Formats: sequence, structure tokens, C-alpha cells
Amino acid sequence: MNQREKRQDSAAAIAELTRQRPPYLAEIGVRLVREKPLGFANAVIVLILLLSGLLADVIAPYRYAEAHPKDGFSPPSSKYLLGTDQLGRDVLSRIIYGARVSMGLGLIVTILGSIGSAALGMISGYYGGKLDLALQRIVDAWMAFPGLVITISLVSVLGPGIPQLILVLTLFSIFPSSRVIRSAVFAIKENQYIEAAKAVGCQDPRILMQYVLPNIMATIIVLATVRLGAVILIEASLSFLGFGLPPPFPTWGAMLSGQARAYMLEAPWLAIWPGVALSLAVYSLNMFGDALRDLLDPRLRGAGGGRFS
Amino acid sequence: MRDYILRRVLLIIPTVILVSMMVFAMVRFMPGDTITALFEEQAYFDTVQKLRHSLGLDRPIHEQYLSWMWNLVRGDLGASFATKRTAVQELQQRLPVTLELGIIAILLKLVIALPVGIYSAMRQDTATDYVGRSFAILMLAVPNFWIATLVVILPAVWFGWMPSVRYVALTQDPLKNLGLFILPAFILGSTAAGPTMRLTRTMMLEVLRQDYIRTAWAKGLRERMVVTRHALKNAFIPIVTIIGLSIPSIVGGSVIIETIFGLPGVGWFVVDSVNRRDYPMIQAVTLAIALFTVLTNLLVDLTYGWLDPRIRYK
Repeated sequence: MNQREKRQDSAAAIAELTRQRPPYLAEIGVRLVREKPLGFANAVIVLILLLSGLLADVIAPYRYAEAHPKDGFSPPSSKYLLGTDQLGRDVLSRIIYGARVSMGLGLIVTILGSIGSAALGMISGYYGGKLDLALQRIVDAWMAFPGLVITISLVSVLGPGIPQLILVLTLFSIFPSSRVIRSAVFAIKENQYIEAAKAVGCQDPRILMQYVLPNIMATIIVLATVRLGAVILIEASLSFLGFGLPPPFPTWGAMLSGQARAYMLEAPWLAIWPGVALSLAVYSLNMFGDALRDLLDPRLRGAGGGRFS
Repeated sequence: MRDYILRRVLLIIPTVILVSMMVFAMVRFMPGDTITALFEEQAYFDTVQKLRHSLGLDRPIHEQYLSWMWNLVRGDLGASFATKRTAVQELQQRLPVTLELGIIAILLKLVIALPVGIYSAMRQDTATDYVGRSFAILMLAVPNFWIATLVVILPAVWFGWMPSVRYVALTQDPLKNLGLFILPAFILGSTAAGPTMRLTRTMMLEVLRQDYIRTAWAKGLRERMVVTRHALKNAFIPIVTIIGLSIPSIVGGSVIIETIFGLPGVGWFVVDSVNRRDYPMIQAVTLAIALFTVLTNLLVDLTYGWLDPRIRYK
């Protein structure tokens, strides 16, 4: 065999080894359906809720502010599937529009929060030493405030409005999860390939993006699902207390608020459906996150589960 | 042990300073819109200048921070715009309520979470485990304000019964007082039991994986012996941590429950102060709550260090 053929063989071998693998996401999706059918069911529920929020204008039978005062307080019927409230607004439509707020706001906050906590965790964990000490004191200080208390106080200072709400909710969700990512980074730092990369002269930012980040991706994704659930709940709590988005935006929390309580005595169905929607959303997200975590990295079992409260 | 205590105490000093700076900054850097809203909505002061002066906004920032800190150290947390009473007075009055609610809630939470978590760990990956885990997630998914609202509304609709709203102190009438707290505490405790259950399960699993447990099984001991004699004692340390970590969350959880059930505690005071835009009070209460959390975490750490000697040398 001459030199040229040998080289062609090696090239073929390398090409074979580095052949494009099917996309990562598709693989996870298939495994999800096969191995974790319940997790898949929950994922579908989450997807339905997301789409409802997105396509609210199309799906909802009525507009969220559309009032039919003559039909006020009517129980669930074929005309108003879940009944109407005190102004004659269709409850089902308001719940569908409420999904837009919860999911939309939640997604934005989740993306921002995931990026923020990943950055914080990676920097703190990778560089260690004095920087880590200082950053962790800041994290400690933030976590000393109970979630609801600090969000209420910040909202009272910053005022109502969507950007302020996004800022406050993002701050709420960054710090606890950064701790989890930091631990994960500590574990990865010990690996030899990091040492090897440094020995070859790899710069820190590149090491972080090429070696550390892909390995903590599983953690970040699982934390993102839990984060979305927590954000939905705390946004609902804020709306319930009257500190969320101002009316007439329908949010699930506000629909259950103390102001609505007087009407609930007349029409008990008003008290049920927003709560069901909230519970369903958070439950499915958490179950989906659990299934995802089991698939992506079973070693993570037990790490970082539960709500940030 | 002394080194450990010293290290832990030194570590909280920067945290406490940071917390105070954050609370200070919150009011100091209030946007102009909020100040205007405060001036217009609540007629606490005649002119905006007087308002700004009372909030200390007309002085240089370092001077104001130092004078605020100086007051703090002497125990003066400021006075309310609305009632003119001092923050310390208000907190003193409301703290026992929140503490009582919190303690009963934690007890109920542990009664629910610990057995289920332990049993779930013992039957890992079986249907029972899965049911237990789903149950835990269900409990943390259901909003506590929704359950509380349903509990208040539905009996009123069905039976015409509402929980009483007049607060009775423990010293006045213990039985009535407990009756007042039991329902809100149950709701608070059960909705908070989810994460605790999962944590207990994780800790128990770690203990059950140990070699000495495997030896006990190999010796042929019955399950009950293995769990109670060997596993539980060693799971006790992390469980104490769980209990300790629950304490700071007393206040966070109490905000909503106290508001719904009308219990005059610290949580309700936060909401009330925000509604009245009583910023000195908001500042004082937030600070007090944060310091409470930091101190309890410190105590938990020290207790943990005392119980588990391995931690001291980390």
C-alpha cells in the first residue's frame, strides 16, 4: 500500500470517527419518549401551556377584557366553559391569557437567570480563591432575604411595570442556583483534561466555554426547568398580594387575590381554575425537570431539587 | 472547635455589612417616580423637601449611611411614617405571632416530610418511591395562597363557616389561640413539606449506601433494625440541618398566610408597610428579617459543626 493510500485510509478512519452525530436535542427527545413516558407527558403539558400563552389571541373564545355584565357570575356552561366573573368576563379566556403572562414573563426571566447564574457560578467556581470568597459573600447577603420579602420590597421601591418585574424576578432566581453550578464547576475543575488544556496554553475563557460549560449544561438545563416553576409561583404570589402587573392584565395570581375573594363567595368556580392552572404548570415543569435530570445525568439525583424559597 | 467558630463568625461579618448596605441602598436609590408617588398618595409630609429630608436623601451618601449604621448599632431602627411608633416597638409586638406560626408550621412540616422521605428512600425506585416523589412535587407546586383561599372560601359556601379573625394572644386564652393557628400553620407546613421530603430522601439514600449498612444487611438484620439502629442515627445530623434551614423560611412563608388569615405578625407587617409606602418600616423590617436569617444560619452551622466533627476540619 503506498503512502497516498495509507493517508486516505487514515482520513477515512478519522472521518468515520468524527462523523456528524444526530443533533443532541433530538437524541434526548427520543430517549425521553422511550424511557420516561411520564416525563414526556409532562413535557407535553408544559408545551401546551406555552403554546396557549403564545397563541392566546387565536385560541381564547373571548378577549380577556371583554365584559358581558348581564352574564356576570354565571356558572360553567356551554357558552362560558369555565363560567364568568363579576364583570361577565369569560374565565377560560382569562386563564389562557394568564398563561401568556406567567409563561412569557417566566421564560424571559428563566433565560436571563440561567445565563446570570451560570456566569456567576462558573466564575466563582473556576477562579476560586479571593474572588470566590468575595462573590459568595454577596450571594450570602442576597440569600439572607426571604424571596417574597425582597421581591415585595424591591417592587415597592422600583414601582410597577414589566421591566422592573423582570429585573426583580431575575435577581430572585440567580443566586441560589449559582451555588449549585459553582459546586458542579468545582467538581469539573479537578479533571485532568482541564489540567491538560492549561498545560497546552489554553486561555481561561476558552477553557470555560469549551470544557466547563458543556459539562455543566445538564445541570443548567435541569435548573432552568425548576427555575421557571419557582418564578411562576413567585410572580403569582406577587400578583396575589397586588404587587404584580396592574389590571386589567389577567394573571393567575391576581385572579385569586384577596380583592376577588368577596366575589368568590358568590361564585366558587372563580377560586378553582386559576389555582389549578398554576399547580398544573409548576407540577409538570418539576416532573419534566426530574425526568430530564434522570436522563441527562443520573448522578445529579438529589442535587438542587425543589423550590428556591 | 474554637477555630471553626471563629472562622464562621468572621465569615458573616462581610455578609452582615453587605446586607445593611443593600437595605440602605434600596431606599437611598429610590427612583424619583416612587418618591413622587409616595408624596402624592400618602400625605405624610407637607412638601417634597420635608419628605426627602426625613428619608435622609438631602445629605451626602456616606454621611447618611454612617449615621444610619450608628443608629442601628444603638438599637434604633427608625420610626414609622404612618404611626410614628418605632420599628422596634412594632416588631416586638408582631414577632411572637410569626414565631408561633412558624414553630407549629415547622413541626407539622417535619411530621409530614420526614416519615415520607425516609420511607421513600428505603423503597428507592419502586412505585412507592415514585408516588412519594410525585406527592412531594405536587405539594410544592400547589400555591399556598390558593389552598388557603379555598380553605377560607369553600367551607363558607358549603357550611357557612369561616375561621375566626379576631386574634387572641397565647397568654390570654391558650386553647383559642392554638385553634386560631392550627389551620394556617397546617397549610404553611404542608405546602412547604415538598422540598424537605426530597432532601430527607436524598440524605437517607446517602446514609443507606454506606458500608456499615451493607454489613448490617449482610449480617441478616431485619429491615427495621437496620433503619432504626444504624441508619437513622447517622441520618440525624443532616436532618438537624434540614430543621435548621427551615427556620429562616418561617418569615418568608408567613407573609402570605398571615395576610390571608389576618394574623398580626411580621409577614403581614411587611405587606401592610408596602401598601402604605412606609419606607422606614420597610427598610427596618427587611433588615431585621435578613439579620435573623443570617444569625440562624450561623447557629445551624455551629450546631452542625458540633454534631459532626468531620465538618470542623473542612
